Amino acid sequence: MQCLPYTSVSHQPLSRNRRVSPVRQANVLSDMFPATATDAGVIGFILSHIPASAGPILWVQDRLSRKETGCPYLPGLGARRQILNVDLSRPADVLWAMEDGLRCKGMSAVIGEVWGDPPTLNFTATKRLAMRAEQGRVPCWLIRRAASPDLSAARNRWRVASLPSSPHPDDPHAPGNPRWRVDLFRSRLSRPGEWVATYDPAADRVDFSAFLRDGALAEDGRKGKCRAAG
Amino acid sequence: MERWQKTAERANAAPPDDVPIVLATEGPHGPVIYAANRAARMAGINIGARVVDMRALCPDLHVEYADVAGDTAAINKLVLWARRWCPWTVADGPDGLVLDTTGSDHLFGGEAAMLVEMETRLSLLGLTAQLAVAPTWGAAWGLARYGKTRSICTLDQLDAQLAPMPATALRLDSETLLLLRRLGLKTIGALADIPRLSLTRRFVRAKLSGNPVLRLDQATGTLAEPVSSLDAPPRFQAQSCLAEPVQDPTPHLPDLCDKLCNALAQAGFGCRRLHLVVYRTDGEISRVDVATSTPSRDAPHLARLFDDKLERINPGFGFDLITLTASAVEKIDKVQPRLDGSADENLHLSRLIDRLTARFGARSVTRPVLKESHIPERAEVRLSALTKAQTEPVQTANPRPIRLLEPPEEVQVLYAVPEGPPAQFVWRRQAHRVTRYGGPERIAPEWWRDRPSTRLRDYFRIEDQNGRRFWMYREGLHDDGRGGDPRWFVHGLFS
Repeated sequence: MQCLPYTSVSHQPLSRNRRVSPVRQANVLSDMFPATATDAGVIGFILSHIPASAGPILWVQDRLSRKETGCPYLPGLGARRQILNVDLSRPADVLWAMEDGLRCKGMSAVIGEVWGDPPTLNFTATKRLAMRAEQGRVPCWLIRRAASPDLSAARNRWRVASLPSSPHPDDPHAPGNPRWRVDLFRSRLSRPGEWVATYDPAADRVDFSAFLRDGALAEDGRKGKCRAAG
Repeated sequence: MERWQKTAERANAAPPDDVPIVLATEGPHGPVIYAANRAARMAGINIGARVVDMRALCPDLHVEYADVAGDTAAINKLVLWARRWCPWTVADGPDGLVLDTTGSDHLFGGEAAMLVEMETRLSLLGLTAQLAVAPTWGAAWGLARYGKTRSICTLDQLDAQLAPMPATALRLDSETLLLLRRLGLKTIGALADIPRLSLTRRFVRAKLSGNPVLRLDQATGTLAEPVSSLDAPPRFQAQSCLAEPVQDPTPHLPDLCDKLCNALAQAGFGCRRLHLVVYRTDGEISRVDVATSTPSRDAPHLARLFDDKLERINPGFGFDLITLTASAVEKIDKVQPRLDGSADENLHLSRLIDRLTARFGARSVTRPVLKESHIPERAEVRLSALTKAQTEPVQTANPRPIRLLEPPEEVQVLYAVPEGPPAQFVWRRQAHRVTRYGGPERIAPEWWRDRPSTRLRDYFRIEDQNGRRFWMYREGLHDDGRGGDPRWFVHGLFS
């Protein structure tokens, strides 16, 4: 499959602080792989894509995700958000509940958390979710903790890791706005890439900038980096 | 007695009025008199006496056996029938009805006219009745049985009317009545004149039926005795009687739902709860309940809620009657679908909640709601998604984590100064070096809820060398006198 036409940082010479996401983030299924299983940066990255004033969010967790990484905490998510929590024990139930939630037109997003690589979460299951999300036009985020990125029909697949935060404006010792290293390693909709995303909670805005270890090296590496999934 | 007479008349076997007839039930020492007709009462027959004794008194006594269960059923039917006069009716003993006619007498032209109307209606049914109106249940009971015909008693003349009545008008059991008679307390007035303290001391351990103090309080209205009415039969119910016992109700469910929803739609109602009951051939019943978050009368949706639940029915050797009952009905308006044929988004959401709740249980599907509390785990409560909670958002000024660990996890900490932030900590067997920190934010225990030994918490926002952000707290202070050295916990994760 060909890469879709897109505009991204990689064509522009080092334009830092982009205001729009370089990735087309339509109502599709996205796989999220946190760098470490308990990293909460992935939650922040997902929520930065969902406007706070949007409709309710269906949040489905399996038992291990809940035990290991805690529950979503409303005062931290934003008091105005409407959340519908579903606490389940089996991954198969999580997939069922997510699919049922994607049928619902009023949802602003469906977020599911599955721990590990359960056998029920195979290519067929992800394909069902992906098609249901596109049919219902509800974005669906599947957070896969402690999992290996094996075969999946997700339209976007991300790896998210926390980075040291940006400096706090008032206190040099305190952590400031969160920053994440986001790696779109497989995508059908746009060109894969790696960025540093900085989230500004006051303005509810994410700034993307190219993730560069070394300027020259990154330029070279980016040339042959179009790895779109088929 | 009158029911028996009517049945006998219908069978053309009614004896003439001047024959003394009694109805008898089995007592511990042979049959005892349960009811007697007028001729028998004139001949001196006492109710409750033994039949053999009364035979000696009145040799030509005609004895029939009483149908006590039939009388109870008839009274229960009469209770519902009496709702023509007021909405609260209840059976009182084997031979009485109590109607709470507060506010409904004016519909019949006053209390006296209402009593005449009641007596007329009851006599058309072939029943004689002794009626009385009184402010309390106890007083009405006594007045109806021992007072004047159709006596009406208002609140200010309650004491005056009760005083001359015999003590039997207090609904007491026979042993207490015997005791009162031996004490010489023949009327209610005499009983009321006794100093209350000594009367209470005498009957302190007696039950309600043997306690004249409580009964007197009930009659005078000092002790409330509300009329708790019988439940009305369910208003919306669909049932299917099967020709043969079956094991699986699934094929009959859509029809039942259709029938029920048609009835609901005609009345303009929607149901919040549904009960599917199967009546097994071995006399047992087995039931399944589902609930919805908003009133609904959409048959396919309601049928779908039972999807996985029907397996829980224990069919035994099969069942031949299935009923589907809607309870907690609420009025709903007809909603017009939009021009493009799509329905409302809220409807989709409430149906999703119904489906999830029906499948996973009400405890799994929750909606977090903020509460005004500084203690982080109390700042959020989870309500069942079926309930509707209207809360205004509570804003917190301080940053809060995006995930909360429940319960907080204890960590091993190295620190530079005891009151300061940690320099390094070990969480889940991994060492994290602290590069930046914010805080502390001190959260004191809620003294009105917590135990006195609860320690305060100093919360730090911590960032480790890999950029992961934690919310940690130190429980207590050094030398605060509430335990040993303070412990450290990881309580949440920042994004």
